[in-house]
Amino acid sequence: MSHNLDIASIRNDFPILNEVVNGKQLVYFDNAATTQKPRLVLDALSGYYEHYNANIHRGIHHLAEKATSAFEQSRKRLQAFLNAEHSEEIIFTYGTTDGINLVASAYGRKFLQEGDEVIISTMEHHSNIVPWQMLCEEKGCVLKVIPINDQGELLMDEYEKLLTERTKFVAVVHVSNALGTINPIKEIISKAHAVGAKVLIDGAQASSHIQIDVQDLDCDFYSLSLHKIYGPTGMGILYGKRDLLNAMPPYRGGGEMIKEVTFAKTTYNELPYKFEAGTPNIADVVAAKFALDYVDALGKPNIAAYENELLAYATEAVKEIEGLRIIGQAKEKVSVLSFVIEGIHHQDIGVLLDQQGIAVRTGHHCTQPLMNRFGITGTSRASFAVYNTTEEIDKLIQGLHKVKRMLG
Amino acid sequence: MTINETQDELISDFELFDDWESKYEFIIDLGKQFPPLEEQYKTEDNIIKGCQSRVWLNAYMDGELLKFEADSDAIIVRGLVSMLVKVLSGHTPQEIASADVYFMEKVGLHQHLAQTRSNGLAAMLKQMKAYGFAYQAKSVNA
Repeated sequence: MSHNLDIASIRNDFPILNEVVNGKQLVYFDNAATTQKPRLVLDALSGYYEHYNANIHRGIHHLAEKATSAFEQSRKRLQAFLNAEHSEEIIFTYGTTDGINLVASAYGRKFLQEGDEVIISTMEHHSNIVPWQMLCEEKGCVLKVIPINDQGELLMDEYEKLLTERTKFVAVVHVSNALGTINPIKEIISKAHAVGAKVLIDGAQASSHIQIDVQDLDCDFYSLSLHKIYGPTGMGILYGKRDLLNAMPPYRGGGEMIKEVTFAKTTYNELPYKFEAGTPNIADVVAAKFALDYVDALGKPNIAAYENELLAYATEAVKEIEGLRIIGQAKEKVSVLSFVIEGIHHQDIGVLLDQQGIAVRTGHHCTQPLMNRFGITGTSRASFAVYNTTEEIDKLIQGLHKVKRMLG
Repeated sequence: MTINETQDELISDFELFDDWESKYEFIIDLGKQFPPLEEQYKTEDNIIKGCQSRVWLNAYMDGELLKFEADSDAIIVRGLVSMLVKVLSGHTPQEIASADVYFMEKVGLHQHLAQTRSNGLAAMLKQMKAYGFAYQAKSVNA
């Protein structure tokens, strides 16, 4: 598939790309960690603080009404972005991790019992491992792990074998942050539902690349972070089916989430406010809408098509680096290129590329069990976004040649 | 040589380099020349875990002097570690505990000591000084 994007013009939308790092123009290939923000998101942030900063929902003055309206517009915008049936199914969180913890705590503690089983996969980020481990430890549940093959794809046969009437919850990543693998989540969800289990999808890496339709997927929960979709840091959303969210107890206590408080008893607010205790991250929520507008104006299929071109170009180009091995060669991948070079520690690669103005991520990518599966301690990861270019990939290749020469 | 004399010598070594490549080639060479820590000392107790590279630090008293041996699985960190060992090893616990380690900043390597999780170097320096304090306390109590 081809795209119709004007990349030079897109680059102009991202002021940070003009930064000079160690005397070179920045090449930013750490997009899986966080994407850069277009000018209209930056303007939305300063515009909020300059013109209508106020606490929301309670004030009756002009600014409070304006801020509340912008905040709730963002919720509707995210509802549309995920094609959720109801806007109250969109809960604002601090990010993907926060959303997963909310579900593990509020749903897991109420509905899981001793001996129940929770299934995750080998390629989960620590954020989608630890909350479930904590839950299993507390409730006496059993954590099971879907294995993967050498290409970095889930073994679906093994997944089916793990599913039993004891399976109560499945929590799987949509796209692997360390490998780029796109998992067949629709199939994972329907198979889990067939045994009566609920499913949470960790969408942190998927949301900037893949069109998400929570109704079509029929997922019970979907958690994501806006800072990985060209939006602000410190905010994300948890999508949950309304009936499930209604059945869950509140996660945190405080202002906003209450209907009435007396010292004898507190009654809780309705969705979505029941899960939004305290003053939320108003400015970032407001600005998030503009990030989604930006992404949808470019068109996710266009973005995906262009990023796939970059990935194909890079995958071919790194072949000339002797001793380089790509970790994660799934058939279905987003634009993540994770690799190791024989005899060279990934941190040395990262330090020497940084000296050349090239930002990649090195380390275990918060997926230590996955690294263990591949028998490595970490990788170097170049991850591409819509503003990256093949010329930048050429610089990466030159940079890697220099790294090899210096460490050879 | 005092701790500060060693630091000043390193600073003048680095003045010879006018680009990042020669600077890092020097650090890589230091890393290659630094004797590896014997396997028996690469223990769980001696490991200083960073997010990306591992650093091992072994400390022992040699008469009145506190000495260090160290290692890392990444070569640049190994070179940086060798400089910290060169500066601090072989001095009294008191001198090490009260040392002001300024050379990294002066030679433009301060980002490697930054409080990020990217390497165990900042933690290693802290640990070296902690050994200084510990052995100082031991000698006072003895």
